[in-house]
Amino acid sequence: MTRSRRRTPVSGRVPLVLLVPAVLGLAFLLVPLIGLLAEAPWSSLPSRLFSAEVGEALRLSLICATAATVICLLLGIPLAWLLARAEIPGRGLIRALVTVPLVLPPVVGGVALLLVLGRRGLIGERLDLWFGFSLPFTTAGVVVAEAFVAMPFLVISVEGALRAADPRYEEAAATLGAGRWLTFRRVTLPSIAPGIVAGAVLCWARALGEFGATITFAGNLPGRTTTMPLAVYLALETDPDVAVVLSLVLLLVSVVVLACLRERWISGLR
Amino acid sequence: MFRRTVAAALTAVAALALAACGSDDSPAASSPTSAGSGSAAVSGTVNVFAAASLTGTFTELGKQFEAAHPGVEVVFNFAGSSALAQQINQGAPADVFASAAPKNMDQVTDKGTPTVFVKNKLEIAVPKGNPGKVTGLTDFTDQAKKIALCAEQVPCGAAAKKVFEAAKLTPQPDSLEQDVKAALTKVGLGEVDAALVYRTDVLSAQEKVDGIEFPEAAQAVNEYPIATLTKAPNADGGKAFVDYVLSADGKKVLTEAGFEAP
Repeated sequence: MTRSRRRTPVSGRVPLVLLVPAVLGLAFLLVPLIGLLAEAPWSSLPSRLFSAEVGEALRLSLICATAATVICLLLGIPLAWLLARAEIPGRGLIRALVTVPLVLPPVVGGVALLLVLGRRGLIGERLDLWFGFSLPFTTAGVVVAEAFVAMPFLVISVEGALRAADPRYEEAAATLGAGRWLTFRRVTLPSIAPGIVAGAVLCWARALGEFGATITFAGNLPGRTTTMPLAVYLALETDPDVAVVLSLVLLLVSVVVLACLRERWISGLR
Repeated sequence: MFRRTVAAALTAVAALALAACGSDDSPAASSPTSAGSGSAAVSGTVNVFAAASLTGTFTELGKQFEAAHPGVEVVFNFAGSSALAQQINQGAPADVFASAAPKNMDQVTDKGTPTVFVKNKLEIAVPKGNPGKVTGLTDFTDQAKKIALCAEQVPCGAAAKKVFEAAKLTPQPDSLEQDVKAALTKVGLGEVDAALVYRTDVLSAQEKVDGIEFPEAAQAVNEYPIATLTKAPNADGGKAFVDYVLSADGKKVLTEAGFEAP
């Protein structure tokens, strides 16, 4: 991380052949967001925003996304380390499998979770039988669904940081007599901290926006499993204005998160 | 290698785009020059916009209709009734609109004269064998039982609300699903002990789900209207299809699927 960053030479003029599609691309991404701002019912926004249901959904969203991120950190960092450093057979395949939730339609993820952790699922049936505990339709179920979808973001970021980090510091620590766990804690982790932060924030943002797996696996009950994206979807059926307001809140959170992340993101992944 | 992959991907996208254009154009190209008004003059493509709950029955009716009118093609657009109503109002080329609720038919500005062609009512769906031992609507107030209902914002949820009001019961749902099929799926998977869905949904999932009828269902009967749209590109074809749905043959298909005659 201390290495000087390479500077790309800045050319004076941008060729038109690049500029036009670039501006079109920018417009394509930004116009829908601007449309959201333009359509917002600004006058009645405060009253809609501070309604009990919105507050409840937002609170639940923040709690669940944070809990999911904590789970992803606890499981994802070791997984990323395994992929980046350990000598394991079939690493390429494992890496591909880890990123499957990135491209899998979230609804499919939700169905898969139901089939495994649901009341009749492979593991879920045991849980229900032995402990009388079942995950679907609970807040814990929301956390599980979000963690499933968001974990790849953390793993990819941390693995990238691990690959970019200089292994010589770890080797030096080892030659000085540090065990592998001590080396990991005192040398490896600090050196990839920016990558971990970047991954955690991305992971959190993805969990916050998670819809398909949540509604499929955890269902929808206000106060227990209704997160913001679910509230947006149902509000569209009856009161589109409320949906716009909720969407604005999510948009604001995303922009703030990504803006804060930018510095870290760049330094984390070089 | 990378470049080749990108090139292949781009080619695939371009091919898809072309295919999409092709299928968009074909109905227009083959649409008739509405000469005669008799049903014998039916030709071309009939675009039918129908509620998602009619997917099975209307697909079947479309096949029968095509068999009875050689050379005619029926193209369906199945989706939620409110989404379809919006599409039609924004100028989508529809000849027929079959809605799951009169409310959505009323939203369409250029509807013809709608006719109610079937009714659908709620039924309790339980997993095969009824492991939760559900017997009636009162089980929905049992906190210990896992219950799914539709959210009030969607039609099956609104109907469920009416039913519970009529029965003077306060349900204790574990989930308010975003549509009736999601509720049905959770019953089929055994994740809930019971859900309120339409009678047709229970019949469509017979191998996984049992149905229990209850008297209060009569308080919230869903009416399905159908109409030939006034701006229909193929008005004759649309009218012929509506006539077929209303005919004895059409009724047979619909009632076998669990719909009731109006």
